[in-house]
Amino acid sequence: MTDTLLELRGLTKAYPGVVANSDVSFTIGKGEVHALLGENGAGKSTLVKTIYGLVKPDTGKMTLNGTAYEPSEPRAARAAGVAMVFQHFSLFDALDVAENIALGMENPPAMADLAARIREVSEQYGLPLDPDMVVGDLSAGERQRVEIIRCLLQDPKLLIMDEPTSVLTPQEVEILFKTLNILREEGTSILYISHKLEEIRTLCEHATILRHGKVVGNCDPRQTSAREMAEMMVGASLHVPEKAPHEAGEVVLSIRGLSAPAPHQFGTALKNITVDVRAGEVLGIGGVAGNGQDELVAALSGEMKTAAGMVVIDGREIGRLGPNERRAAGLCAAPEERNGHAAAPDMSLTENALMTGAVRKKLVKNGLLDWPAAKVFAEEVIKAFDVRTPGAANTARSLSGGNLQKFVIGREIMQKPRVLVINQPTWGVDASAAASIRQAILDLAVSGTAVVCISQDLDELREISDRFAALNEGKLTPPRPAKGLTIDEIGLMLGGAHDMEVAHVDA
Amino acid sequence: MLMLEKRAQPSKAWVYAAPILAVAITMIVGGAVFAMLGKPPIEAIRTIFYDPIFGDFASYSRPQLLIKAGPLILIAIGLSFGFRAGIWNIGAEGQYIIGAMAAAGTGLAFYPMEARWLIFPLMIIAGLAGGMLWAAIPAFLRIRFKTNEILVSLMLVYVAEAIQASMALNLLRNPDGHGFPGSRNLSQYSSSANLELIANSGIHWGVMAAVTAVVFAYFILARHRFGFDVRLAGQSPRAAGFAGVDAGRLIFICMLISGGLAGAAGMFEIAGPAGRVSIDFNVGYGFTAIIVAFLGRLHPVGILIAGLLMALTYIGGELAQLSLGLPGAAIQLFQGMLLFFLLAVDVMTSYRIRFGKTE
Amino acid sequence: MDFSSINPILLLASLMVAATPIILAAAGELIVERAGVLNLGVEGMMITGAITGFIATVTTGSPWIGFAAAAAGGAGLSLLFAFLTQILLSNQVATGLALTLFGLGLSALLGQGYNGIKAPEFGKIDIPVISDIPVIGPILFSHDPMVYVGIGLIAGIWYFLKYSRAGLVLRAVGENHEAAHALGYHVIRIRILAIMFGGACAGLGGAYISLVRVPQWTDGMTAGAGWIALAIVVFASWRPWRLLIGAYLFGGVTVLQLNFQAAGIAIPVEYLAMSPYIATILVLVLMSAGRAPGSLGKIFHASR
Repeated sequence: MTDTLLELRGLTKAYPGVVANSDVSFTIGKGEVHALLGENGAGKSTLVKTIYGLVKPDTGKMTLNGTAYEPSEPRAARAAGVAMVFQHFSLFDALDVAENIALGMENPPAMADLAARIREVSEQYGLPLDPDMVVGDLSAGERQRVEIIRCLLQDPKLLIMDEPTSVLTPQEVEILFKTLNILREEGTSILYISHKLEEIRTLCEHATILRHGKVVGNCDPRQTSAREMAEMMVGASLHVPEKAPHEAGEVVLSIRGLSAPAPHQFGTALKNITVDVRAGEVLGIGGVAGNGQDELVAALSGEMKTAAGMVVIDGREIGRLGPNERRAAGLCAAPEERNGHAAAPDMSLTENALMTGAVRKKLVKNGLLDWPAAKVFAEEVIKAFDVRTPGAANTARSLSGGNLQKFVIGREIMQKPRVLVINQPTWGVDASAAASIRQAILDLAVSGTAVVCISQDLDELREISDRFAALNEGKLTPPRPAKGLTIDEIGLMLGGAHDMEVAHVDA
Repeated sequence: MLMLEKRAQPSKAWVYAAPILAVAITMIVGGAVFAMLGKPPIEAIRTIFYDPIFGDFASYSRPQLLIKAGPLILIAIGLSFGFRAGIWNIGAEGQYIIGAMAAAGTGLAFYPMEARWLIFPLMIIAGLAGGMLWAAIPAFLRIRFKTNEILVSLMLVYVAEAIQASMALNLLRNPDGHGFPGSRNLSQYSSSANLELIANSGIHWGVMAAVTAVVFAYFILARHRFGFDVRLAGQSPRAAGFAGVDAGRLIFICMLISGGLAGAAGMFEIAGPAGRVSIDFNVGYGFTAIIVAFLGRLHPVGILIAGLLMALTYIGGELAQLSLGLPGAAIQLFQGMLLFFLLAVDVMTSYRIRFGKTE
Repeated sequence: MDFSSINPILLLASLMVAATPIILAAAGELIVERAGVLNLGVEGMMITGAITGFIATVTTGSPWIGFAAAAAGGAGLSLLFAFLTQILLSNQVATGLALTLFGLGLSALLGQGYNGIKAPEFGKIDIPVISDIPVIGPILFSHDPMVYVGIGLIAGIWYFLKYSRAGLVLRAVGENHEAAHALGYHVIRIRILAIMFGGACAGLGGAYISLVRVPQWTDGMTAGAGWIALAIVVFASWRPWRLLIGAYLFGGVTVLQLNFQAAGIAIPVEYLAMSPYIATILVLVLMSAGRAPGSLGKIFHASR
């Protein structure tokens, strides 16, 4: 484990206006699990793409196994023994598992042989997978298995994993780690990218920390506290959101037997969801991606209509109403995807403020738009939520992810809703923005709003929820008080390990 | 190697510069094409772009400019709503024909009664309704069956042409026409005639309607919720759904606006400049209006200018045909080129071009 | 009215001829759309192929050279579309429309002086022995070579998409261009090649109209065949063999209405003439389309 597999020396990559990587150097040993830590925008993905041949560095060198390594494209990287499991964007929904895997291989065997190999390897590593299944029908966890097996079939020397656990339940994470440990013992090196510090502490023996494109520290995660690593990442001490003590009030939102068919081919049907949310309460809903989160938000926001009595606010049945009528009734929502769903990227912030604020802020009168009032509202949101932008006339696209998220959440909170429904409020957002968003959600609850917060980040839910429920294949578990809930119990609520099994290899 | 880098904000300067640059490039390349055809390029360009307004026969061609620009602008304004919202009605030609047929049928049904106060407005309503009806078919099929509106609206152009031929040959054929195809002349029937409002100006009711449509569209897009919904749906359909825009309703309204205005354009044409139903009444305004809409950047004022420009190429093209023997198809090519170059230079509004190595 | 003048054998045989231009053009567009590109300029590429093929044939006397020129003409025109949509990232719908308008103008210009000339005969191939089988022989095995080229093209595309590595990559690019890019496939290069293939096929389809089916040159003679080819790709749910069925269905309606016209049926000619277009609309409505390629019509721009 002392031999060096990959060495990076002085890698620099600049894009117009931003230096993504600046003089990045570190080494990965053979059979080492090496963590790459950093906030969003710290340059992790550019660095990983450089290693995988998708990006050419401006300056700097890489050596693999002692020889110069300059992959001109991913093909060359794969040929050299570098494989990558992407966080998203690398599977083809309409193709089957075997075809997806063949696309990631240099010289795939004939389809029949490949299917047999897939079965064999998936069995061996405890990642069961049917080669004939269409990928679009698979769960998030299964989709990740496709990616992992695609890599394993090529006997990689270095396996790059980008945020692999964000789509897994805690039990599934445990099994994945067992698989990774087998690989490590077989001599495979792993470059592991994550922002989940506890995971890194259990899995990795070395960590490189990036901030603003530069290496700002190295550590042995097993001997460093999560808090220390987090502060290295952020470069400042962290503020933990606090909730002022208060009592939950009357029931505001009632979801009664909410069922809805899947809205599209690869969607999830909602099955008989029943839960009440009280004024001043935060209901946290956890779950692995693709278990009905988007559909639940759509059914609550009004984008998807249901039977009238399935969604009730203050005793009023609103299941058949559209989004604007629900806003008038007091329900505001913020979907997960910022770009193109919660916000229109090519429109100005003023226009984006008008988009959902028209009803409650009275920005439209007799069908006519009140632009000055919309601008004032946008500026209020920008000011109150510390959105970094030159002004409300700028497009939503020109904002960084965290700033746009602050704007989107702020826009809903500033409308003082009776009920706020949010999906993944801090996804892809840097730590300081995430902390301020969570604080704003808690403050809103204290002021008497009923909040439904859907998230895949269990730490986040434990931080802000009063009660916790889990979505699993479109069904919602009965909510339980969040206080005192262990991560194991949460994992079981999320559906446990599904059908994953522990790897069969005796190492 | 050429590299594109997305701008954070669309470039305001290029929004205005792109159409001008496109026209300039078209003139240069068009001139080269004319030279290849053995025609003097500079003279050809001058004949097309200068002579209709300032040349020896300008007193004849200036009114023609408005007569041709009227329907182009009217149709393009209608199309611009749908195009902004991502709804592609490209069958305006068919809606134009059906509007004209409905209007002509209405007018001729009253012949020879004299009641302009009744018949002329009825014809306008019939034109609007005919075009709307024809556009409602693809709209309905799109909403109900998810059928592609591009293909359906286009197929309906061919159907409309067949109906037009049938009308000219059978139902609306002039009983006093000695068996020749074609209807009575509506512009010579005082109750239906869409005559010039000011003598020798080219301004008829259709031109007035076009100007009104420009003003109205400008107001809707800038100040009305509907205009905002249209823009939102075109840029981010999911965000529009989240904002409460009913996609089906939006499709229907946009299609009805474009169909209705195309139908009205057909009415003004058949009751005025064209005069009568014939097999070849339609001359492609519905298709040229697509170019006008894009060249005007789907903006009402832009469409007004683009419509005049396109009308200029029509009239200038005819002049060049007469004086230089330039083939008529060359003008069609010229118009196609204009749209091409516009789309090409348009990249500059949202992207910055860099020359350098690729990654 | 005299239906006895309609010979079912000739009807079916001419159906195969009537369907061939659509098959050729739709086969090309199928590949283009499976690569994730929506090229609405089929009509423009067809008419361009029709005139370049016609000019080459009249000049050289060889229909084969004509078809080669038509393929080159269609592919050449499609390069304009490829440059605009793939390199300059223009809107595919608008660019496709521009291509059609441009192609119609260009072909009319090129075709000056070729109006009314008759194209040299493009001989039929009677496949020995089997063309003598009664009924089936004249229907299936006594046609000009392009009819078989069209069917062969469909078979080839089917095999290419289903069994070849390149076909898999092409489908992957059309399904999710981000993922294909992340795996290191050259999205833009593959798409440009697909667009050119589509252009060449459309050119062949156009030339079949001007060289075999009509056979002479008139302005705008493709009369919407390119749009019908686009409709048939949707009808076929982007699958090659279904495309063949769609084209024969369309060919059947066309041939039947022509026969009705000849038989002097009581329906006016104009209404018969619109029937293929109405049939296309009906088919589009009745056949619920399958799932389109995931990235169809979307602009691909490799970001950082």
